[in-house]
Amino acid sequence: MSSSTTNSNLVRITVKVNGVTYTHEIPARMLLVHYIRDVLGLTGTHVGCDTSNCGACTVILNGRSVKSCTLFAFMADGGEIVTIEGIGGDGKLHPLQEAFWDNHALQCGFCTPGMIMSLYDFLGRNPKPTEEEVRRAIEGNLCRCTGYVNIVKAALQAAERMRR
Amino acid sequence: MEASRRYIGARVKRKEDPRFITGRGRYVDDIQMPGMLYAAFLRASYAHAKIKSIDVSRAERIPGVVGVFTGDYFKGKVAPLMTAWALTGADLKPIKWPVVAYDKVRFTGDIVAVVVAEDPYVAYDALEAIDVEYEPLPVVVNVEEAVKPGSPQLHDEAPGNVAFTWRLVGGESFDEVSRKAGRTTSFRLVNHRLIPSAMETRGAVALYNRWTGELTLWVTSQNPHVHRLIVSSVLGIPEHRLRVIAPDVGGGFGSKIPVYPGEVIVSRLAMDLGRPIKWVETRRENFIGTHHGRDHVQYVDVAFTEKGEVLGIRVRALANMGAYLTTAAPGVPTILFGTMLSGPYKIKSVDVEVRGVLTNTTPVDAYRGAGRPEATYLLERAMDIVARELGMDPAVVRRRNLIEKAPYTAVTGLIYDSGSYLEVFEKALAMAGYDEWREIQAKARAEGRLIGIGISSYIEMCGLAPSRIARATGFGMGLWESVTLRVHPTGKVTVLTGSHPHGQGEETSFAMIVADELGIPIEDVDVVHGDTSQTPFGMGTYGSRTLPVGGGAVALAARRIKDKARKIAAALLEAREEDITFSGGKFYVVGHPEKSITFQDIALAAYTADKLPPGLEPGLEAVVFYDPENFTFPYGTHVCVVEIDRETFKPKILRYVAVDDAGVIVNPLLAEGQVHGGVIQGLAQALYEYAVYDESGNLLSAGFNDYMIPTAVDVPNVESYFVETPSPHNPLGAKGIGETGTIASTPAIVNAVLDALAHLGVKHIDMPLTPYRIWLALKEKGVI
Repeated sequence: MSSSTTNSNLVRITVKVNGVTYTHEIPARMLLVHYIRDVLGLTGTHVGCDTSNCGACTVILNGRSVKSCTLFAFMADGGEIVTIEGIGGDGKLHPLQEAFWDNHALQCGFCTPGMIMSLYDFLGRNPKPTEEEVRRAIEGNLCRCTGYVNIVKAALQAAERMRR
Repeated sequence: MEASRRYIGARVKRKEDPRFITGRGRYVDDIQMPGMLYAAFLRASYAHAKIKSIDVSRAERIPGVVGVFTGDYFKGKVAPLMTAWALTGADLKPIKWPVVAYDKVRFTGDIVAVVVAEDPYVAYDALEAIDVEYEPLPVVVNVEEAVKPGSPQLHDEAPGNVAFTWRLVGGESFDEVSRKAGRTTSFRLVNHRLIPSAMETRGAVALYNRWTGELTLWVTSQNPHVHRLIVSSVLGIPEHRLRVIAPDVGGGFGSKIPVYPGEVIVSRLAMDLGRPIKWVETRRENFIGTHHGRDHVQYVDVAFTEKGEVLGIRVRALANMGAYLTTAAPGVPTILFGTMLSGPYKIKSVDVEVRGVLTNTTPVDAYRGAGRPEATYLLERAMDIVARELGMDPAVVRRRNLIEKAPYTAVTGLIYDSGSYLEVFEKALAMAGYDEWREIQAKARAEGRLIGIGISSYIEMCGLAPSRIARATGFGMGLWESVTLRVHPTGKVTVLTGSHPHGQGEETSFAMIVADELGIPIEDVDVVHGDTSQTPFGMGTYGSRTLPVGGGAVALAARRIKDKARKIAAALLEAREEDITFSGGKFYVVGHPEKSITFQDIALAAYTADKLPPGLEPGLEAVVFYDPENFTFPYGTHVCVVEIDRETFKPKILRYVAVDDAGVIVNPLLAEGQVHGGVIQGLAQALYEYAVYDESGNLLSAGFNDYMIPTAVDVPNVESYFVETPSPHNPLGAKGIGETGTIASTPAIVNAVLDALAHLGVKHIDMPLTPYRIWLALKEKGVI
């Protein structure tokens, strides 16, 4: 998206995304998900709806998971964001990514980044969850392929690996 | 298959996953190009209206708007869309769908204007500035209303709104079997409308190079070659100048099979404007503009004996087709429904007539299972209804009727391939603890608790399809599948498949097949799909056909490679071809284990080409178009146990057991995943999802707030078990597993809920079985 042609006011924001600090002038009405995807080119964060239901756009903002389709980009000004591209690191997978792979917790892959980011937040706060708690934690993330069976399994396994 | 298989049958992790779990998948919306423009569509404000005038002048003046285009622009430039399944002998009417409406709109998803802008936000701003004057027409959304005399007419070509009438009569006449049977029962079933709701909405990016004349279309498609054929034809451009790329596709479930107006519009405008154009549906557009599934009203007569033998099924069905006939639509409620109406049972008479009815609603086409869930739901409800009328256990009624073993010729003319239907049924009941649950149920009832046990036995026609049969039904193409298997000089392999998996995992399962056939590591095999400039013409991924048909082609191609490799090995080892054996990736001379050559050395020799036997071409590549001789028939039995909360009337699933015979299971990890997802999609129909229209044709359930896709807290764990009877109709022995879950689970769950209410006098509740409907049924019986 070329922001220059938007007919709304421009605002300057500074955000740290996956450890890198960016400053951009963007239209005030630009949604955070479009900033992440179209301005920063981090297309792992997806748009599955625009009503905060599906959770495909989930990222971490200042330590908590948010649905980036429901925030304006300027609301993240001065903040710190982690996206699916920013977990793991040094060519290594995060335990959640590994557990998703090991347990066939994804099929088409579209909901996967949002699902992983929701769990990334959740397991940080609840390192030893029950199955019921995992299910409740991803209630805001829709998956149409897996029936959630293997996602739940992967989350519990990742929690166990992260505790070690 | 060689004895030395290492991968098939193993739980191999997917090769495609690393890109998805790291956010490096590449979907249509991820494509960005310099100079790219953005299209947005204005959809109709009425479900049925004449367009009197459209004023785009305000929209055109908005800075950043490149152009606004209405139906008049496209009329004559782009041919209307028509179905590709012209249903033989069904008096199918030639229904035309203009890509942008110019005279009339027939459902609220019809596009009336297109804005192209420098920025998507601006494109959506401009939609608000388009003024359309309509003359509203009377609306009809309900099939039973639509066929009544005097009902609003959608298309001049289809008087009475009937787009086709299809009939199949198999075996003895229904009247004859009902005389023999002695008893009959009749009921009306509604198989309600569902919305596929893939997590990725549909979209397209078109790029035209006017100097080469090549148009490239990235599109969310399950079948890129089908898209190329149809889009090139409606645009009137040469097929070989259109390159269609379906990159990573975020789920389809049938909804990404058809060619829709959107991709045609952006293609045409990219050519006319000379700049790349992107369009991606909003979720609301996806609900309204992308096709729906199911939506039958069925009037059923069943003939059965006092012993519970079901002898005949007669069905008169009205299938809601929506406002137009889309690419595969007419075949779904007919061929894929009617031929399955004897199911896994020894039924002697099937008489089915289906009328395809046009209404002011979103078009209905294939949705996971496509016709087969509608048939299975009907039959499995019939089995339970018969059991209830006779005061018998539904398990006993099924036992009396199940075919013991295949091969078996059904009254509908289908030849079932292989399996022990009754054995699998008993296995499922044993694994679920059916008898124990009956005891628990009896005790629970005494305590006033509502526990129910539901069974569903199914069979489905898969491996679509022998081309001669597909063509005989009026389908526009053959239904074979293709592959180019390319062995490189170092022995690495690229598989270019005509299938287009979008979540099913064939980048892994096809690689497993090739690795086993050629005795090479799976890491040496890559699978390429989705790009018409790379792969041979393919029919795509749907109908659980990818493994049986696409995978069948892959296996045959690998065997053809091995045959040539054997000839080269014989020349290099200076032995006779018949003395060469193959094992563990090496060719040996019989009786001389020290004389061997690896597959990799043979690959190199095929390209150095100086030591090839006389008459053998250089290179090591095979192209296979595999046309199956018959369908495959996965079958199985699912058992579900539910408890209904006496306070909230919410059904809770206590146990769900699926036992499926899908033939040879190439990768159990992936096959289980298909069953899990399928079962939950079928459960969603039984308990939650329901597309609702108001009388004016507005879709009220047009978003995730109102259309209830189940979340992780709404669903149970699913236990999946397999029985493997290889299908003789297929080079791999595989039958297909993509739809079994959806087909089997809906009736298993409905039967379980109704079983929980049976002793209270509730006979039937139409889906979805929401707490409200359960409460209402109990209230009508006066028990609460």
